[in-house]
Amino acid sequence: MFSYTSIKEYHSFLGTNPDGCMQAVKHYIAAIEANKHLNAFLEVFADEALQRAAELDKQRTEGQTMGRLHGVVVSLKDVICYKGHKVTAASKILDNFESVYSATAVERLLAEGAIIIGRNNCDEFAMGSSSENSAFGTVKNARDTSRVPGGSSGGSAVAVQADLTMISLGSDTGGSVRQPADFCGIIGMKPSYGRISRYGLIAYASSFDQIGIFGKNLADVAIALEVMSGEDNFDSTASSKPVAHYEEHSHKLITGKKIAYFKQVLDHPGIDPEIKAATENYIQTLKDKGFIVEAINFDWLDYIVPTYYILTTAEATSNLSRFDGVRYGFRSTEGIDDLNEMYKQSRSKGFGKEVQRRILLGNFVLSSGYFDAYFTKAQQVRKLLSDNTATIFEQYDAIISPTVPAPAFKLGEKSDDSVAMYLADIYTVYANLVGLPSISVPLFTHSNGMPFGLQLMTNHYEEELMFALSNSFLAK
Amino acid sequence: MEVTEQMIQHLANLSRLSFSDEETKAFKNDLQGMIAFVEKLQEVDTTGIQPLQHMGDAVNVLREDEIQGSINRTEALKNSPIKDDTFFKVPKVIKK
Repeated sequence: MFSYTSIKEYHSFLGTNPDGCMQAVKHYIAAIEANKHLNAFLEVFADEALQRAAELDKQRTEGQTMGRLHGVVVSLKDVICYKGHKVTAASKILDNFESVYSATAVERLLAEGAIIIGRNNCDEFAMGSSSENSAFGTVKNARDTSRVPGGSSGGSAVAVQADLTMISLGSDTGGSVRQPADFCGIIGMKPSYGRISRYGLIAYASSFDQIGIFGKNLADVAIALEVMSGEDNFDSTASSKPVAHYEEHSHKLITGKKIAYFKQVLDHPGIDPEIKAATENYIQTLKDKGFIVEAINFDWLDYIVPTYYILTTAEATSNLSRFDGVRYGFRSTEGIDDLNEMYKQSRSKGFGKEVQRRILLGNFVLSSGYFDAYFTKAQQVRKLLSDNTATIFEQYDAIISPTVPAPAFKLGEKSDDSVAMYLADIYTVYANLVGLPSISVPLFTHSNGMPFGLQLMTNHYEEELMFALSNSFLAK
Repeated sequence: MEVTEQMIQHLANLSRLSFSDEETKAFKNDLQGMIAFVEKLQEVDTTGIQPLQHMGDAVNVLREDEIQGSINRTEALKNSPIKDDTFFKVPKVIKK
């Protein structure tokens, strides 16, 4: 019986098992099939994954050098392009769309020997916090199937949570990797804005989006980040800053660092009392471990989610204008002989309700008469936040908080109230507004049986410190 | 601020979306709630603050002007719902 703990141990297993990749892929195909009710996968590339496993086994036993992700089974959120494979953003408007190129992140995974096993379900166009907005059905939390897995990358989180893959990719625009990681009890990390190329990631809000990684083992996440990071000819916002040996840092044990937390975060009326208590206790634990942990004032908490929604919906409105029923995607044809009417019918029938809501809000904040009062205003607040962040990092090495104010909620509980749903992102959107790297590490269990995590943010491009601190937090 | 059905119709047109009367009512309520939520920002004093328009500090990221990452016509047409061998096809735009 195949079992998995980390890339490192898997690679030593492969050293003594000539058919090891094949064993792994067969194991995961069976596990995905047995857990279909979770709806974590929209498609499994079974035959192709088996074939690639056979090739990798052959190459290895013939003595060829192994890539850093040799035989590592990876699944992709359904917003990441993989040439020759379907990608739909969990939307009817892209049903039957097949990628004509691969995302840079995917190319780099494949070049290091990864096996892509399938596409993960998510909220349509990554818009949502519960994975209930998919055109292809709700994803369920494997810990308690009456609860949501979080979102928008819910399928990718559940794929790792339920051992249906070794690692998975999601995308994080306002918390869409960290929040489901928190709800599912696994690690979810989004790097600094610009660390991983966004080429081939279906755009939601381009100045916020980053590909993120789910795993159960910190070193796995660090290795995947190392492989995917770095500059790219096809994304000028991908940073040319050198890529560090993140894996090495993911094994370090450090102490003495200065850590801040926001007083207003723990005093927020929406925080679950157990989450507040666990975080406060943990702050004491960190002090006992030799860290300096201090409460600081953060007067922005009530403004960050509104700022986020103005800016992301504005960007989404522009990005989603490309779905016109002409070049790709769903096209409504019935009784239509006018171009504008064709656009309108195709988009109204193709996009789900939440996507349409956000397009409307985006056009509102960008429209004549409201542009300065909403859009420019939000960009100014973003500037103030960014300056405030720089001041914080002059004095502190990291910021911690709970990842989400409450544990995974019940399916359907918030689906009628957009604003209540948006507040699930209150602790995570900050990192995207200012471009910080951020990770959710699973540390706690609620009395209702659900896991929850601690979120850690470091300064721009200080992923090394983020990994070293995370490892020090996870170490017992 | 008061959201009207007329405003929803205007935004729907800008968004190239079309709604039934019932949908217009529902979206009016949704948008009313969303705008009330984001209006919170009016409390922040932003006098004299430059809007943040770019993430990161890179300027003019250039590369050699070589053809890279293009797709050919067959690939470009592959996902189009209505096309011929050369063109995307749309309803007639110029009418008599």
